[in-house]
Formats: sequence, C-alpha cells, structure tokens
Amino acid sequence: MWDYTDKVKEHFLNPRNVGEIQDADAVGEVGSLACGDALKLFVKLDEQKQRIVDAKFQTFGCGSAIASSSALTEMIKGKTLDEALLVTNQEIADFLGGLPEEKMHCSVMGQEALEVAIAKYRGVAAPSQCHDHAEQEGEIVCKCFGLTDGFLKKVIAANKLHTAEQVTHFTKAGGACGGCIPKIKELIDEVMGEQVKEVRKKPEKLTNLRKMQLIQEVLEKEVRPQLWADGGDLELVDIDGGNVQIAFRKACAGCVSSGYTARFVEQKLRDLVSDDITVEEVEG
Amino acid sequence: MKEIYFDNNATTKVDEAVFEEMRPYFCELYGNPSSMHFFGGQVQKKVDEARKRVATLLGASPEEIIFTACGTESDNAAIRSALEAFPEKRHIITTRVEHPAVLTLCRNLGKRGYRVTELNVDGEGRLDLDELKSTVDDDTVIVSIMYANNETGVVFPIEEAGAIVKEKGALFHTDAVQAVGKIPLDMATSTIDMLSLSGHKLHAPKGIGALYLRKGVPFRPFMVGGHQEKSRRAGTEATAAIIALGKACELAALHMDDENTRVKVMRDRLEKALMELIPNRRINGGAAERLPNTTSIAFEFVEGEAILLLLSEKGICASSGSACTSGSLEPSHVLRAMGVPFTCAHGSIRFSLSRFNTDAEVDTIIRELPPIIRRLREISPFGREMLAQAAQ
Repeated sequence: MWDYTDKVKEHFLNPRNVGEIQDADAVGEVGSLACGDALKLFVKLDEQKQRIVDAKFQTFGCGSAIASSSALTEMIKGKTLDEALLVTNQEIADFLGGLPEEKMHCSVMGQEALEVAIAKYRGVAAPSQCHDHAEQEGEIVCKCFGLTDGFLKKVIAANKLHTAEQVTHFTKAGGACGGCIPKIKELIDEVMGEQVKEVRKKPEKLTNLRKMQLIQEVLEKEVRPQLWADGGDLELVDIDGGNVQIAFRKACAGCVSSGYTARFVEQKLRDLVSDDITVEEVEG
Repeated sequence: MKEIYFDNNATTKVDEAVFEEMRPYFCELYGNPSSMHFFGGQVQKKVDEARKRVATLLGASPEEIIFTACGTESDNAAIRSALEAFPEKRHIITTRVEHPAVLTLCRNLGKRGYRVTELNVDGEGRLDLDELKSTVDDDTVIVSIMYANNETGVVFPIEEAGAIVKEKGALFHTDAVQAVGKIPLDMATSTIDMLSLSGHKLHAPKGIGALYLRKGVPFRPFMVGGHQEKSRRAGTEATAAIIALGKACELAALHMDDENTRVKVMRDRLEKALMELIPNRRINGGAAERLPNTTSIAFEFVEGEAILLLLSEKGICASSGSACTSGSLEPSHVLRAMGVPFTCAHGSIRFSLSRFNTDAEVDTIIRELPPIIRRLREISPFGREMLAQAAQ
C-alpha cells in the first residue's frame, strides 16, 4: 500500500473544487483514458483579468492524482496568471506533505494542466504539452505515453532528476514498454551537461558566504551527477574555511577508490571555487 | 475496523485448525527431522504425514511431492530443471497471462538465447489450443501453462493442453497456485508432469509451497547442498510450515464442495448485483469457465486505485488490475492480453472470496461499491460526460 500522507488522503477523500466553471476564462486539459489519468482544469479571472478568483477541476486517476488536482486549485486561487505559472510540481507535492516518488507524475500533471490553460487563454502554444499529440512540440521520445524530448528535459531540469527510473516516476516516460529508456538517459546527460555549463568560472574574490554557496553549487551540479552515473553519491557534512568535509554514500561508501574520488572532488572545487580548498572525507 | 476480506487470491487467512496443527512445532517439537534421535524422528513422522496429505489432495503419491518455500520457487525449480535435463532443446512455451513467477523467468530465458512462445488469449481470457498445437515442436523442452488465472479466475483446459504437449514429447508444467483446493485434481489420470502450489493461497501460512513431480520425470535440483526432499530441494525442512500445509490440504479437500457451492453462490450474487446496480461495467472473462471464488469487474471512466482506497475506507479489501496500485504505469499484462477496452482497462477491481466470507459481507459490498463508483465518475471528466449522457 502506498504511504500517502494524511494530507493526500484528506484531499482525496474530500477533494476541494470539483466541478466546472461555465464561464471559465481558461480551460486546460491533459491526459487521456488510455494513459490512465487525465485532468481538466477550469480557471476564472477577476474583472480586470488579473487574478484567479476561482478554479475547479475534474480528474480521472488514482488517489494522488485527485489529491494533486485538489491541491493545485487551492494553491492558485488569488494568484495572478504570472504568479500561478511559477507554481512547480514540487510545490504541489510539498503542499500535500509529499508524494511517493512513483506518484510524482500526478503533481506534474497538475502543473501541466495549468500551463496549458494559461497558454490557451493567452493564445500561445504551451511550452511543453505532453499527452496532446496534435499540438506538442519536439520529437516524441516515449511512444507509449506520447511524451516529447522538450517536456522530458524540462521536468528533468526542474526536478534535478538523474536516473531514468526517476524520470519514469515523474513523467511516466519509459514506464510501459521501456523502449525509450536509453534515450531518456541521453536526455539526462544532455540536461546535466547544460547545467554544468551554467557554473561560473572561478571568481576573483569571494566572501565566506559566497564561497560556501559556490561550494554547494559545484558539488550539486558538477560533482554529484558524475558520481550518480556510477551509482555513487556524496553528502556535504561541513565547511570550515577552506576545509570541505564530505561523506560518501551509496556505491562510493566503502569503495576502494574513494580516496581517489575525494581528490577529484578537491580538484573540482579548486578549479571552480578557490585554490585554498582541501577536501576531507569524514564519517557522516 | 473489522476487515471485509475479499482478496483471497492475494493471500488467505490461516485456518485456526491449521495454526493449531503447526503450533507445537516451534517451541516444543522443534527437532530436525534428519536427526538420528527420537526427538527429530517424531517430527519426521509428521512431515511424512503432511506429504501424504498434500499428495492425497492432488491424487498423487507422497514421493511425488517436493516441499519448497513458495509457488514462485516451485515454478522456477520446475522450468529450470527441465532446461537442465534437456539441454539440447531450446524452445519454451508459456502464455501471455502467466503469473510473473513464470513469465519473468521465461522472458529472462528468452534474453539468454531460448526461443520463447507466449500463447495469446481471446477477449474472454481463453486459450487457443490450436495455437499451442501449431507452435509446440520437437525443439520444445517445456510448456508451462497456469491452471487458473489469478486476476480473472479464468480456468484453462489443462488436460487438453497436456495431451497436445505430450504428443510432441515435451514436459508439461502448470502453475496451479490458484486452482488447488478449488478444482478437483487427480494426477494419477493427468497429463501434468509438474505442478506448483502455494500454501498461503489455501489457508496455510506464507513461506511454504510444493512442487508435484511425476514419477519418472527427470529432475535437476535448483537448490543443492543437502539430502532433504531426496536431494531434490536442499535445506532444512520448514517443519511447522510443512505440517501446516498438510493440514490445509486435508481441509481443502473437505471444503472443496463448499467452495464450489456456497462460495460460488456468494460470488455470483455479488457479481449479479453489481452488474445491475452499476452502469458501464463488464466482467473480465465473464463468458469463460472461471474459478468459483473470483470476479474481476471493469468499470468505465474511473481508476482502480481510487476505488480500492475508497473501499478500504469502508474496511473492504479487494485488489485491482490497475496500474497505479502496483507502481507500474500500464494496466495489468493480463487485461492487456485480453484486449480489455481502454475506457475501462484502468478501472478493474477483483474480488476473490474464500470459505470464511459471509452473505452479510457480500451485502456490505453491494451497498458500498455503487456510490463509490458514482462518486469517482462525478470527479472524472469522462465519467461526467457519461453521466450527462445517461441523464438525457
């Protein structure tokens, strides 16, 4: 049985805002009967067409899909369209006290329906429509669920996904025949590669706070993805001046080459943050 | 909340009499049956008795029974043994609707160079024996076909299939985990070479199974490292569980009529009432021959996990062939193989009864399920369209 939070159960058993808005300003539909879940979202704006005054939904899907839809409608009421567009799928999940990772695609569906609704209202193409074969942009990667590379890359980047399994949990891609899993792995590498490029060159001067932030950023974007690729991981334990303490996790924990890996981490941080950094492996 | 347990194809309650039978073999009679002293010897006698009881239920002889840890182990042992015994043969036949214990193994073997044929089923979940006839050949080492399907309860014509298989000289295995105790079996007159059964599906505890192995059929053990089970399954006997399985098999024979009369009447009543009270639904495999205890009903425009969660709120335990309950994303392989329409493939619910269910429990489900389906349809965009159309 799924370990749903009380809030998920509560929103499933007593969903808010079920129904339709006859004179809705924006309607977004995603999903299908064949896919196993679908959401139709209705949004009503105030007279100035600025703020969302009402939102209603209809959902075909499992308990967490219904709860995610209910949460979404509660979250966007009172927001401007621009503010509403900033709602991430992670925030929908957080609103519910978290979702099992296998169910994260339910929160993604909510966010998607909102994007589609607003894009339609504004008369522009939605940036990343899945499920809707006629209108989507990009190349279809997952044929079973009709998901494009553009959509998958967006979800990978937004949720910092690093394995094909996670991509399946968040989007369903690869969850049926599995034929697109190699392609999903390529997309992950591509997104990771782009994120690496974003890391700035080593700065001239650093405050202590900025240095700590930069160390964290390099570990997140540059180092850990490389360890993930080999089934490993690390955790940042402490930063004391130039001394960075890390603990290895997963395959890296107890790995005979962990000393070598620690030197690799140190070199990265020296290259990208500051020359005076030393990396120390600690029990954590 | 008292459970209303209609998920007996998943697992069953241990019969109190079974539990009493096994109870002394933990703290008091804990000897090892292989030991040379009286203390182990008395346990050996009970294990022998259990073997006889299992054999009697199957119409087999005691030496044809090998105790294993579960149905899955029995399936693995049977199929792997056949491959080792006939290494020159490279073709395996099974069905698209097998339990994963068989299907996953066969598909893995397919990746290792075996030729694997998965027989199709029709829209009612029935096997096409002509397809078996046309695919079994001299290269076929083993044919593994389940006796009854766990999701739909559809029963396959095992003896007819076995006759076709034997004609070509291949081994014939059946996963009878769902059938044992519900369908009378007689290995003495059967075409089956190997048969898997599982204790926890017939009111014995989890962690015990058995493999029937016809006398004369070559066997290559999967577990080695001890002389137990005549060196066919090494490892110290799970004495208490074996004794429990023996008792459960004895009781199953006694209750077989009850399963096929009273339990079947309850299943039929439940099915009929739900079909009458709820529109836009169909019985998966309804036109096929089925186990007396199982019904799988597909409801259009709603999703199975949501139904199960709402049933669970009322204490009702059932199961679904829906994707979302298992973490997989597609409807079950069984429903897909049957070509269940996409409008209801995600909304299938299985009720599986046992002799411990009552008419009052059936009444509760008949009362609780229709409003649940209605409520979910009112939330579902497709369900609302359906309801609006019906109202016109």
